Amino acid sequence: MNNLIALIPLLPFIGFLINGLGRKALSKGVVSIIGSGTVLASFIISVLIFVYHYYSATPIRYFDFIHVGTLNIPFAFQVDQLSTLFLLIITGVGFLIHVYSTSYMHEEKSEHFGRYFAFLNLFVFSMLLLVLGANYIIMFIGWEGVGLCSYLLIGYWFKNINYTKAANKAFVMNRIGDLGFLLAVFWLIARLGTVSYDEVFSNLGKLSHGDILGITLLLFVGATGKSAQIPLYTWLPDAMAGPTPVSALIHAATMVTAGIYMIARSNALYALAPVTNNIIAIIGAATALLAATIALRQNDIKKVLAYSTVSQLGYMFLALGSGAYVAAVFHVMTHAFFKALLFLGSGSVIHAMSGQQDIRYMGGLSKKLKVTYITFLIGCLAISGIPPFSGFFSKDAILLSAYEHNKILYIIGVITAALTAFYMFRLLFITFNGKFRGTEEEAHHVHESPAAMTLPLIILAILSVIGGFVGVPGVMMRGGEKLADYLSPVVPVMEHQVAGSTEMILMVITTVIAIAAIAIAWMRYKTYKEESVSPVSTFFSNKWYVDELYDTIIVKPIQKLGAIANTYFERLGIDALVNGVGKMVNYGSRQMRWLQSGQVGSYVLLMVVSMVVFFVLEFFLKR
Amino acid sequence: MSITQLLFWMLSIMTLFSAIMVIASKNPVYSVLWLIVTFFTISGHYILLNAQFLAVVNIIVYAGAIMVLFLFVIMLMNLNKDTEPQKSKWLKLAGAVAGGCLLLVLIAALRNTEANPTELMHGDIGLIQNLGKVLFNQYVVPFEISSVLFLSAMVGAVVIGKKE
Amino acid sequence: MPINYYIYLSIALFIIGIIGVLTRRNAIIIFMCIELMLNAVNLLLVAFSKMHHLLAGADNAFAGSDAQLFVFFIMVVAAAEVSVGLAIIVMMYRNTHSVDVNFLNRLKH
Repeated sequence: MNNLIALIPLLPFIGFLINGLGRKALSKGVVSIIGSGTVLASFIISVLIFVYHYYSATPIRYFDFIHVGTLNIPFAFQVDQLSTLFLLIITGVGFLIHVYSTSYMHEEKSEHFGRYFAFLNLFVFSMLLLVLGANYIIMFIGWEGVGLCSYLLIGYWFKNINYTKAANKAFVMNRIGDLGFLLAVFWLIARLGTVSYDEVFSNLGKLSHGDILGITLLLFVGATGKSAQIPLYTWLPDAMAGPTPVSALIHAATMVTAGIYMIARSNALYALAPVTNNIIAIIGAATALLAATIALRQNDIKKVLAYSTVSQLGYMFLALGSGAYVAAVFHVMTHAFFKALLFLGSGSVIHAMSGQQDIRYMGGLSKKLKVTYITFLIGCLAISGIPPFSGFFSKDAILLSAYEHNKILYIIGVITAALTAFYMFRLLFITFNGKFRGTEEEAHHVHESPAAMTLPLIILAILSVIGGFVGVPGVMMRGGEKLADYLSPVVPVMEHQVAGSTEMILMVITTVIAIAAIAIAWMRYKTYKEESVSPVSTFFSNKWYVDELYDTIIVKPIQKLGAIANTYFERLGIDALVNGVGKMVNYGSRQMRWLQSGQVGSYVLLMVVSMVVFFVLEFFLKR
Repeated sequence: MSITQLLFWMLSIMTLFSAIMVIASKNPVYSVLWLIVTFFTISGHYILLNAQFLAVVNIIVYAGAIMVLFLFVIMLMNLNKDTEPQKSKWLKLAGAVAGGCLLLVLIAALRNTEANPTELMHGDIGLIQNLGKVLFNQYVVPFEISSVLFLSAMVGAVVIGKKE
Repeated sequence: MPINYYIYLSIALFIIGIIGVLTRRNAIIIFMCIELMLNAVNLLLVAFSKMHHLLAGADNAFAGSDAQLFVFFIMVVAAAEVSVGLAIIVMMYRNTHSVDVNFLNRLKH
């Protein structure tokens, strides 16, 4: 079984090698089969682990990865309930998206098609490594690997300069976060001399409060980079430059949840750091609200979904900060389903509109794209938290824990939920209802996507509907919290203190608010009209001017500093020094040239003189 | 002062004198002749040290073959006092001073060495029989290789001396 | 005789050779001075050989013969060297019609 587990990440890696190296030789069909097949195989193995409960508390060692002095970092995998759940999400959703991609990317050139699938497979490999790793170093390898793949895939259409800039932005932002992660790992090594989860968590007593606070905060910095939280979230909306399936897989379903996984995995550490938990909850809530307000006024179909992703990630951090790890992981799972569904649905729309992404030029698509419309509607209902769709259960679990943690955060969460329902249905109505607003040519071209694209949509839609039933609140159904029971060996399960009636009331409140928001959206957008421009809406549509703010306070000063360094240090300091050395040698050798007379006699004379000097030095001036 | 010591001093004085004459003579032919005298006196020293074989070889190889070669070349080029190139006085002085300094420094450096005696007119390792035994036992490989050296020197001399 | 005298004698011979190299311009004389220096070394080697033999006493009948064989090999090398060196000087004379080493300042280039 150990070898079988090693195959889970290895298979996509082999797929990466074959597709990457053979991208010019292999046909698109072969590339598709290899790319999807390897992920499917990994999924099957993951299901086997899940079905046969092959979990172990101790890591499975393969070989010594780093062995220096007393520091020993093995290459080991941790297979437990938490990682298995993530394995299922990554490989399952990943497989569907691979299948979807075979059709979505079909118009690409053969070699770019191969490159795309190679990157996608490499991403799956890295993500699986991240999830499976039994210590922070292996996790960090995967962490960096997914960052790299994200960069490669955002910049997949590298001939477009804006897309490569977006890729660079994502990479740099991620690096800032990674620095925090790395520092935390170094800190752990310095204090405990180990990075394996089991050893770290059993030796937490050796850490002082300052250590724990620092390590948890630094790890959280890493999570903000990878999971797009304030202040490092601005890369995620720009990352929509990549192909839509990539956005679905990397920037919605899997990679961005790495931060949540990492914090859930380190729950033992975070349990000892209440200050950090508060910071996480506040940042999560703030991100959720901020991103939701921005999403209200975006017109790019993918940008809306991107900000919605940021917002939902904020929810997950809110849950983590409130100590509700199960709720966070639950939301990761349901979010993976419905957000992947929504992205793939938007991809289907974009495909039908031949690349048009602006919803102002869409409308009335529901008649022509029936499957897409229905599945998209299910996704919207799920994300809005309408029972009995999956989003309702996970979001409700989060809001409940927030309610117990802090009322203000709860209110922010409810407002965000309302905003979420509003902007999602704004998107839905503008896109699918009303009259078509594009050109004649586009109207003629609009068609339903092929089965390879609609099938994943349908599967994901089904999952979005039923996915929530693994975590039915206990107040509704006794023993309904299957997920909490499942995860209990790894993640602490929070006992709810509030009365069952309060819990029911909270659920009703959120549901009513969400339905009200949908109703408002319906009245406002059932027929499309130009949106009025007000200062607030401009503020929102310009994304709170955060990019401009970062540009002013970080990028510009650094560029200024660089210019100053260039003039004063580089030109006047280093250049002058280097050139000065050159000039001095030039001058000196000009003066010493007469020594090289070419006369044998003078050479011999110098030789004798130096012999005298050496003898004098050796015999008389020693001591 | 025994006869051997007397011989040593006489030979030493003759050696140094003839050596100085080698570099002091204006005419290259005289230099060669003085050098031959120097080699003979050095052979005398060898005999004094009971190294008869080397003494003989020195006379045959150096004084005989090598110096004849020198003389032959000088005669061939028709070098004499008039054609002799002269260095400037200052360079000569500088050379002499530098050499003198080296002499002083070396003698001063070796002033305090242990004064072990050398054997004069005794011992028989200098005899051809004993040297031959060592040469053809321990040093037979270098001896053979030296023949290769001679061969290559011969070839080199021919190649260099040959007209284009 | 104490070994010191031989050392001084050899040094003196050697220095005379050096002074000759420094003060003369005739390539053949310089070459001869080099031979003089070689012989100074030879003389010293033989003197040391005898000293070594005396110090070893009756233990080793062949003590010191190494040095004399070195002298022998030095002569061998010197003979080879002279033949090549003189060939070079002859060629130089053929090209420049002079044996003045100062004409050979091509080393500068």
